[in-house]
Parts: sequence; structure tokens; C-alpha cells
Amino acid sequence: MKFLSEYRDANVARALVSRIRAEASREWVLMEVCGGQTHTIVRQGLGDLLEGAVEMIHGPGCPVCVTPIEQIDKAVHLAARPDVIFTSFGDMLRVPGSECDLLQVRARGGRVQVVYSPLDALELARKHPEAQVVFFAVGFETTAPANAMAVWRARELGVANFSVLVSHVTVPPAMIALLESPDNRVQGFLAAGHVCTVMGWTEYEPIAERYRVPIVVTGFEPVDILEGIHLAVRQLEAGRHEVVNQYARSVRRTGNRGAQDLVARVFTLVDRKWRGIGEIPASGLGLREEFADYDAERRFGLAGIHADESPLCHAGDVLRGRMKPPACPAFGIACTPEHPLGAPMVSTEGACAAYYHSGRYRAALPLEV
Amino acid sequence: MCLGIPGRITATRLDEGLPAGTVDFGGVRREVCLAYVPEAVVGDYVIVHVGFAISIVDAEEARRTYEALKEMSQLDELEWMREAADAGLAGMGGAP
Repeated sequence: MKFLSEYRDANVARALVSRIRAEASREWVLMEVCGGQTHTIVRQGLGDLLEGAVEMIHGPGCPVCVTPIEQIDKAVHLAARPDVIFTSFGDMLRVPGSECDLLQVRARGGRVQVVYSPLDALELARKHPEAQVVFFAVGFETTAPANAMAVWRARELGVANFSVLVSHVTVPPAMIALLESPDNRVQGFLAAGHVCTVMGWTEYEPIAERYRVPIVVTGFEPVDILEGIHLAVRQLEAGRHEVVNQYARSVRRTGNRGAQDLVARVFTLVDRKWRGIGEIPASGLGLREEFADYDAERRFGLAGIHADESPLCHAGDVLRGRMKPPACPAFGIACTPEHPLGAPMVSTEGACAAYYHSGRYRAALPLEV
Repeated sequence: MCLGIPGRITATRLDEGLPAGTVDFGGVRREVCLAYVPEAVVGDYVIVHVGFAISIVDAEEARRTYEALKEMSQLDELEWMREAADAGLAGMGGAP
């Protein structure tokens, strides 16, 4: 409540909360699949404001959080090689692998470079022809066009000392996996605005139809999210299940075709493990055979690296919406942002870190089942 | 990490054949790939994610979004930008 009252659009937000509460004849269960939305919902305390009308479950919406531990171990292995400069977005550096994280590798002398764009990594490869430059290609559909371009350009420009460690995931198969699980409670979804800026929403239409769930393409500001929730609740109350677009200022139905085209040229659908969830068929992107030369796993022979997650970490239950972070026995004790057990505590968009940083865990504790 | 940062295009060019431009993010300037918004021109506001413009938005939307990101401490990507800049990387694949 504190944060919402400070927010610029507080009056609009309050009006939306009242409307949602007035229209909900029961408590509906919605899931957001976007780390940015999770961050806003937890930080602004939207869950408390809507209690009794809507329960928000924080889905696997943060690509950092769902990157499987063995991909982190592969990254750590590569970064420790003296011939490698390992490049990554900043939020992957503190994600714990089986034994250590990339920051620790850097502290021990490994060459680990944070980049803003995958094209930074390509530039680094051209500046250091004597080294092998590997880029950690993670992300959802929003990031895939950028990472696809780096690989495409590497081939176009003949940059042979560049490769990518790919751990791309796509959102719709994860939604389907959650909906098909026998203990699913989710009755509607907020879809991620920037994922849909790239992909549009046509692939969500058969999901809404088949599983009879409303899906609302939603932005990430407080008012966006409340509007998205309102549009979902209105449908649920009317017995409808359509895909609607709350985030019209950035998203068109067909998305960004140019970006989709390059992704399809460079990547193909592959089965992918999600941290805490397990393997989901056709839920990831891997390099097409014609780009196999740029696959770091092949170049460095990493297929033998496998790893299991810490049994103390309940990230899987959190990401599937079975447990709110404060209910985890390790939360705030064995697992903190300084010493995370699992990825959701690392990323600012992870559900655990969002709860921890907002200080909401004290208030949230009694609500847990 | 799927958030994008809005910024204003201040210059456009071709970088070894790839549409590119300079984008101003609240005072921080950086090279951005414009291949996915081929219709963008100088003065347009774009949502930029990891160095790639993914959509064009109006000025008011860009301002609101930037302020909202700032309020929510969601400008991590600007920090990555600084780290890349400190390493001398301009961000377009760059000639050696």
C-alpha cells in the first residue's frame, strides 16, 4: 500500500482496484509470466490490495531464473578456460551453479565480461582474434532477435572465434505445461508485453481456446497490470476466454515480423530444461544445423556436463505457483540475494528477490498455506 | 530482463550494412541496432532491449515508461551499458 500511495497514477490505480473488487464474485487465480510484472506486483503490494478478488501466482517469467543449473555449470566451465573470454548479460553473473557462479570465476582470474548487447560480444571477438569469445545466449522471445542477429552477423562477417552458449526459452509451451499439470489452479494469464511486442499474440489464441483461459497481453507498470487483471476478471465473470491486448501502445497482433524472421532463420525449436520445472518439449530455441559452427557446446564438447539442483531450493514450486517465496524454509535464512541458493533470489525480476527486497515477506507470511 | 528502455534516436547510419543509430536514454547515449525497426528515423522514440530497438513508441509513452522504470529501480540494463562502455565496446559488432 505504501508504494502504491506514492505512485504517480495512484488515483487511477485505486479506482481500478475498487472496480476489480466490485466485479469479482469470487477469488480468481491469475498468473503473470513476466519478471517485470512480478517485480511490480510484489513491490506495489498489488496482491494484498486484491486479496479476496484475485490471487496472483508468479509464474516462470524470468529467463535468468529458469536457466537450468547445468547451463550455468557449462558457462562456469567455459569462463575458467584460459583461452576463453566469456560474455554475458549482467544478471547471469550471480546465478549459482553447482559449485560457483561466474563472478567467482572472474575473481579467480577467469575472463568474464558483462555486455549490454550480444553485438558487444561480437565486437570483443573481433578485437581479440587470439581468444575464443563465448556469449551466454539466454532469454525469452524478447531477447532472441538480438541474439540471433549476433550469430547471423558472426557468419556474415566471418568471425570464427565467436560462439554462443544457448539457453533460450519460449513462453507458450511453459504455459501449456502449467495448464496440463494435474494440480493447476491458474484460471487466466497476463502475457508479457515485450515478449508479445516481438511475437504478437496469435500463438496465445489456441491456448486460450483450448484451455478456456483468458489471456491478457499486459505492460509492466502498476496501472497496466491492474488494467490487465481487470480485463481478465471481466472475462472470467462473463465466462469468456479470449486473448485481449492491454498493451496496445507497444504490441500489435502479429508482432515484429522482421525480428521473428531472423529468429526463425537462426534458431529452431528444441526441448529445453527449465530450472525447477524440468524438461518441457519444444520449449526452447537452439541453433539450426547450419549455424552449428557457432554452438559453444559443440565447439568445446560440453555435452557431458550434467547437474542437479540443490534440494534446499524450492524454486520449482515457486515458479510453478505452488509456493509463495516466504513459505520456503530457506527464504531469507539460507537463501538471500547476497548468498542465493536459486536463481529467483538472484535476479531483480525473480519472485524470491522481489519479495525479499520489498520487505513484504513479514506481511506475507501469515497468508501462506 | 525482457524490459526495454525507451530512448530517442539522435542519428542513424549503416554499420557494415546493418541499420544502426545513436539513441539517447535520459542522457546516456549508446549505439543501437535498428534492423528490426527499419522505418525509424531521427527523432523517433524506440523501446530498446539489449541494444536492439524492437518497437517505435510516441514521445509521451517513452517519457512515462522511462519514469516508471526509474521509480521501480528497473534500469539494470543501463548498468550493463556502462560496463560494456568501460570495456571500450560501442556495441554494433564493431570493426576490429
